[in-house]
Formats: sequence, structure tokens, C-alpha cells
Amino acid sequence: MSTFWSIWVSVIVLGTIFGCWWLLLATRKSQTTDTETDRTTGHSFDGIEELDNPLPKWWFYLFIATCVFSLGYLALYPGLGNFKGLLGWTSYNQWEAEVQQAEARYGELYAKFGDTPVVELAENEDAMKMGQRLFANNCAVCHGSAGRGSLGFPNLTDDDWLYGGDPDTILTTLHQGRNGNMPAKGMMPNMTSDQVDQVVNYVLSFSDRANDPEAAEAGKEVFAQACSACHGSDGKGNQAMGAPNLTDDTWLYGSTYGWIKETVMNGRQNQMPAQGERLSDDQIQILAAYVYSLSN
Amino acid sequence: MKHEIVEKNLGLMIVLIILTISGGFLAEVVPLFFSKDTNEPVEGLEPLSALELEGRDIYIREGCHVCHTQQIRPFRAETERYGHYSVAGEFVYDRPFLWGSKRTGPDLARVGGRYSDAWQRQHLYDPRSVVPESNMPAFPWLFENRVNHADTAAKMTTLQTLGVPYSDEQIAEASAEVKGKFEIEALVAYLQQLGTVISEKR
Repeated sequence: MSTFWSIWVSVIVLGTIFGCWWLLLATRKSQTTDTETDRTTGHSFDGIEELDNPLPKWWFYLFIATCVFSLGYLALYPGLGNFKGLLGWTSYNQWEAEVQQAEARYGELYAKFGDTPVVELAENEDAMKMGQRLFANNCAVCHGSAGRGSLGFPNLTDDDWLYGGDPDTILTTLHQGRNGNMPAKGMMPNMTSDQVDQVVNYVLSFSDRANDPEAAEAGKEVFAQACSACHGSDGKGNQAMGAPNLTDDTWLYGSTYGWIKETVMNGRQNQMPAQGERLSDDQIQILAAYVYSLSN
Repeated sequence: MKHEIVEKNLGLMIVLIILTISGGFLAEVVPLFFSKDTNEPVEGLEPLSALELEGRDIYIREGCHVCHTQQIRPFRAETERYGHYSVAGEFVYDRPFLWGSKRTGPDLARVGGRYSDAWQRQHLYDPRSVVPESNMPAFPWLFENRVNHADTAAKMTTLQTLGVPYSDEQIAEASAEVKGKFEIEALVAYLQQLGTVISEKR
């Protein structure tokens, strides 16, 4: 705050306090009596009259006390422009003290497990209790409180992984997040609707779902051209790219003809938000161990 | 001093009343109009894109600010849950601000990037499908209505007059940018940028 505004604020604040003080004293002084009497102010309207009594003493001194209090407050806390107050209090300092206190208390608990390898940590009951809380607070909104996921959000309790379920991959996923992106119609933007039908039938045939064998046979070629770059020529997927295995029973977006067609036609975009910016490394280590423990 | 003088001179009474009630405003509010902390954007703050701006107007239209605040106070319990506390410089382009005053739902000041786009869409279409205990209303019409692109440029011009640094090109392209987009896309775009300028580990 510039000096001008600092003075501006101080003058108004002090002026208000002393103004109130003066007003209290001045009105009291002008009173003809300082005790209660039956005297009226003299004006009468429609038979209504006003007693000319001073403020009760307790009330008057309470007003004076509020003025004294505010002066004491302004001396201790910031309120007069750039004057920081004798206590040096700021809301930022108070917040920082709270955070440091909490870090001293909880950071130790997290740090205890921060260096333990994920697999070992997953066996530790205390760490897993902490992991469960971290999961409930940060992950359950999408993956569900039991980690079973839902449509579009992967199940973490099974053995099927988009990017891999080994400890290091889980840590990378948590730290950096993931961006899943399947382009519409794969690598074949000019896929005809017949070809879409064929490739969907071919994908259905991977896991022996009901399909039209003739169309599926024709879809083989379409798949090779449009999908195999990511999902592999055998449809088994590629964890390096997060391309799902299409031959098993795990489906992120539904396994019926209609769902697969929707996926092929419009593509799929999904993100796992990065947690590295929000959680400490120790917390992520515990969280990774918890996620690992869900399926191991 | 005699009360009578004040009570019988209406003009004097009006002046004294105005002086009394404006004290707080003059001391607590007026200096902020000229303060760097409240007038200058934090580093990296960009004005909302045309699509995000339309999303913000949908946020206002649907009354999101009635149940969600956009202001993280400097208490540990809040910064632990929501992230770095809000600072004035983050809101210099917000006209009007959407700080809100009641949290029926969680604070949204730093919701940007916290959930995936797909989650936001799913949650707005049917909140209970992803958060079973939620009592948020569903907003299925956002998935059917297109953004009204007729006024986008005019809105941006108005904001430009008020000091938001939109370039003339941005305003010229605004209408085309939002044309044909569904309202849900605009709202999700708006939500995904909220509070992303300041990020800090909790």
C-alpha cells in the first residue's frame, strides 16, 4: 500500500474511533442530569412524550470499552494502513504455522513408508490403512470406493491393465497421469459404414462374442489397416500405448455390438489426472502400494 | 452538543449519516481499487477463451455458484482438500466474480484438471452414476443444446472495454470458435481451467 493510502486508512479508522468517543462524551456533557428523572425533552406529539434521560452508566461505559478495545486491537494487529501490528500477525503466517504443525505430525507418518518398495509396502497393514484413506479422498470419485471402476473408469482390482500393473508403471501413472486417446475410426479416417460393421464383427470374434462370421472375415483387413498399429495384429493391445487388449472379457466401454460401434465411430478420449503436482512423493508411494495390493 | 441541532436540520443529518456509513467503505474498500495486489493478474493468468467464457455463462445460468464457492481460504483444512489458497490476482478478469458464499457442494476454485473430461461429462449428465451419495442435480440438457454463438464477440468486446486483454483477433474468431459446440463442451472447458494458474503440492 502506498504511503498515501496508508495515511488515508489510518486517518479514517482513528477518526471514526475518536469521533465515536467524542460523540459519547459530548452528548453526555450536554445532558442536564446524569441520573434518571421524570423530566421530558419538552416536545409532545399526539400525547407521546420523550423522557430526557442519559444513557444508563453500564451502557455508556460499554461504548467506551469498545473504543478502548479497538485501539488495543489496532495496536496488536494490522489495521492501520502499512502498520503491521505489534504481534506481526498475518493470515499467511497463521496458515503456514498450521501447515508446518501438520507436516511435522503427519509428514513423519508418510515419510516412514516413503522409501519402502511398493511390493513390500503392500504387505504392511498400517501403510495400507493410510493408502485406503488416500484412495478414498483422491481416487474413489472415479475408480469407486472399492476400486472397481465403472463405465469409462478402469477397474483396479482385476489383473487387466491398460498401461501395466507393475509397481513402477503404477507409480508413473500416479505421478504423471495418463492420456488415453483412440482416434475415431483409428488410422482409417475414411472408413465406410460397411467397413465399420465388418471391423466391429471382427473385434467381437476375438472373444467369441456373437458375430456375423462373413463380416468378421472381411473385417480382418480393415482391422489390420485401422487398428493394429495400436491394438496389435492379434488385438491383444499394447501397454506402452495404453491400447486395451480386445480379446479378453474386460471392457472399459461395453462389449456389445452397439458399444463397440460407438467406440469405432467416435473414438475415445480419457485422462487419468496427474497426482504428482498435488500429492507428496511419500503419499504417492503409499497410494501405489495400495493400488498394487488391490489386485495382488 | 445538542441533539436538537442535528435532529432539526435534515440536511446536516443526511450529511452526518452519509459520513458515518461511508467510513468502512472508504477505509476498507476504496484503497483496494488502487492496490497492486487486487488489480494485477497473477503471473500466467490468461483471459478465458471464447468457449470457456460461454461455459462460464452457462455456469452462471445454471446457478452453480449458488451451491459451489470458488474461493479457497487460507486454512490448512481447506488447502489440504482443495489446493493453494485463492489470491486476489487470480480473479482480476472475473466480471462478476463467482466466489459464492455457500458450500452445498465442494469448492471449485481449483477443480481444473482434477478430474478427466469424461468424468465431468458423466457427472453432469448423471451425478449419482459416479458419486452415489451426491445430491447434485443432473444437467442432461447441456448435452442437447448448442452454445449460443451470437453474442460471444459482444461479450468479449464488453470485457475488453473493462480492461480484460482480449486481442481483436480473438474477438473476431470468437463466434466461429464456439459455433456448433454443445453447452457441455463449453462448461467442461470452463471447469477444466479453473485455478490452474497456481499449482502447489499440498
